[in-house]
Amino acid sequence: MATTAEGFDAHHEEHAAHDHADHKPSFFSRWFMSTNHKDIGTLYLIFAIIAGVIGGVISGLMRAELGSPGLQVMGGVVNFLGGDGASFDQQGHMWNVLITAHGLIMVFFMVMPAMIGGFGNWFVPLMIGAPDMAFPRMNNISFWLTVAGFFSLLFSLFVPGGTGLGAGTGWTVYAPLSTTGSVGPAVDFAIFSLHLAGAGSILGATNFITTIFNMRAPGMTLHKMPLFVWSVLVTAFLLLLALPVLAAAITMLLTDRNFGTTFFDPAGGGDPVLYQHLFWFFGHPEVYIMILPGFGMISQIVATFSRKPVFGYLGMAYAMVAIGVVGFIVWAHHMYTVGLDVNTKMYFTAATMVIAVPTGIKIFSWIATMWGGSLEFKSPMVWALGFIFLFTVGGVTGVVLANGGIDDNLHDTYYVVAHFHYVLSMGAVFSLFAGFYYWFPKMSGRWHSEFLSHVHFWIFFVGVNMIFFPMHFLGLQGMARRYPDYTPAFTYWNEIATYGYMVMGVSMIVFFVNIGYALVAGKRAPGNYWGEGATTLEWSLSSPPPFHQFETLPVIEDHHSADDHISEKPATA
Amino acid sequence: MTTMTLEDRNKRTMMIAFGMALAMLGLGYAAVPLYDLFCRVTGFGGTTQVASESDAAMAERLAASAGGVSYSIRFDANTARNMPWEFKPVQVTDSVAIGQRDMAFYTARNNSDAPITGTATFNVEPEQAGRYFNKIQCFCFTEQTLQPGQEIRMPVLYYVDPAALEDPNMEGVEQITLSYTFHKAGQEPSSGEENPS
Repeated sequence: MATTAEGFDAHHEEHAAHDHADHKPSFFSRWFMSTNHKDIGTLYLIFAIIAGVIGGVISGLMRAELGSPGLQVMGGVVNFLGGDGASFDQQGHMWNVLITAHGLIMVFFMVMPAMIGGFGNWFVPLMIGAPDMAFPRMNNISFWLTVAGFFSLLFSLFVPGGTGLGAGTGWTVYAPLSTTGSVGPAVDFAIFSLHLAGAGSILGATNFITTIFNMRAPGMTLHKMPLFVWSVLVTAFLLLLALPVLAAAITMLLTDRNFGTTFFDPAGGGDPVLYQHLFWFFGHPEVYIMILPGFGMISQIVATFSRKPVFGYLGMAYAMVAIGVVGFIVWAHHMYTVGLDVNTKMYFTAATMVIAVPTGIKIFSWIATMWGGSLEFKSPMVWALGFIFLFTVGGVTGVVLANGGIDDNLHDTYYVVAHFHYVLSMGAVFSLFAGFYYWFPKMSGRWHSEFLSHVHFWIFFVGVNMIFFPMHFLGLQGMARRYPDYTPAFTYWNEIATYGYMVMGVSMIVFFVNIGYALVAGKRAPGNYWGEGATTLEWSLSSPPPFHQFETLPVIEDHHSADDHISEKPATA
Repeated sequence: MTTMTLEDRNKRTMMIAFGMALAMLGLGYAAVPLYDLFCRVTGFGGTTQVASESDAAMAERLAASAGGVSYSIRFDANTARNMPWEFKPVQVTDSVAIGQRDMAFYTARNNSDAPITGTATFNVEPEQAGRYFNKIQCFCFTEQTLQPGQEIRMPVLYYVDPAALEDPNMEGVEQITLSYTFHKAGQEPSSGEENPS
């Protein structure tokens, strides 16, 4: 520890000029008791990468199992975790455990920490010209609550969950499978994990709301805020309004399981369908929580590499607000098959389709931003273009699934799996990689290899499309999700999907080699390394920014617009 | 305007935000009684209605003017997995004119050697019929206690509301299934015996 601290001191002397701004605490207090938004952002990003690797390895086990019909892999996994691998029930249960863990990890411990905790923490204060978040210590609590939640989830893998070890309920934790259907402490630990992660996110959301409302630089009105900040603001409100409902629902599950209440048990007058209503009232806003910060990042990136202000700034900002608002009144489209009457389905179909309008405004505006722009295909831009293309594919299948009538046929098939992986595993993840390559030199002070970033992009692009595009065919032919086995008729496309996973895996090796290269041998990055198109306040600082930035607050002048916060006043104004 | 410090403004904003979160937590719990109320009022999910004698008399007069449509009613009986009762309908189907009161019977027998109290949950299929299926009397309104080996006959007095004729969702519905499930009253919900492990 001491040597590392000396390393920082050496760094400190290099910047003797910024003596105060660059004073850093010792290693332990810097990283374990951090109150610095940039360090906490870094911690979130490292945590998200670790969680993403674990969630990704789990999906590898799943793809290996699905590579051919029959059960080949699950027995080994059960043995590895100390169960009886020869038991058919335990093999099936292990499958349920893996899909549950994959879903929960990717949603709560990869995408959310990376988008909101990572990039949000790093760049919201920088972009609005604030010295730090409003409540730095609460920021630290948010992070460690998330980590504790992750450990609670991992711990659940090693305790009994009914048929075998671990919580095999699906990420939705539907009753009665999660109540009377899963005895043993595993599901309790999984629920506790959601409580912790949820509490961390709610604290984080209040922190962002307070920071964005109260700590913007002088002159930066709401309508001059960068779109990424807008996206985090809307996301924070969604978190604040949706997560408590999840907390209520899973607390009811917990008391149903342990304390004899019957919220979801018909024997005592409850109704399991009520759980689904509560869950999806949270769950649908949750999918926008995962994608809106991505929208924000893509807006920044497309504008930067087109060297143009984003097209229709206000439309873009309020499209996100509209998506957030309408996202709260469409939840039952996840549960068309629970026995809703025709009129209810009709309403939810129509309301769901309405969301395509603001989403379409965003896609249109990104394209219009590029139109006539001076395009540069740097690594963040190719990831952003990949995002726009693949998110649109996922959006189109979403409009198909929004139809109550069609969904009767496609519900719980691989078509749905393909749809939500196109919007998340490609939409959210492509935007994360776009943001990562956009800001990595800013955060670390060192350049990644643009060549390796492009290689990463192309291999990843081919890999994920090989995994998920065939799932549309499988789903339309009736292959049900959530099973480890299938009829041999589905073998062909499943094999291809499994090969696709291997391709994707290779691209992740390229990604880690690239990070390693940058940290070890990367060139030093200047303050504004993207040049003319990068006009938000983080580009007015060094790379990496000083430990404490904006001791004198930047001022947003009248000649600055939403798209430009750093240019000098033109001579002839 | 105000001369609050940044710290005070931050605290205020945070308290408002936490207030919103708490309100949503409260609404999450409020959803439980509200959902129950919603189902009972609208017949959502096949929840049947409770009617008084005077409602029934009114319905009968209305039905007389509506003409003689009749429904076939099927009776279904189930018991929860850990409920050692034999529970079945006396008649499997019945035909009833719309608005006409009809009495159906179920029998229940306690096959265990201990007295058991049960409550019945109920709904109808198709679900849109729930709001028109009115019960005047039903054994499901109260708990039933059976001594070991005791068998009882339990009545249901019901009618189908003639308003069903005006609902387009009821077009083509010729048969309504009334289903009951007996549970042990006041049982612990997550009892291990229901599990195959």
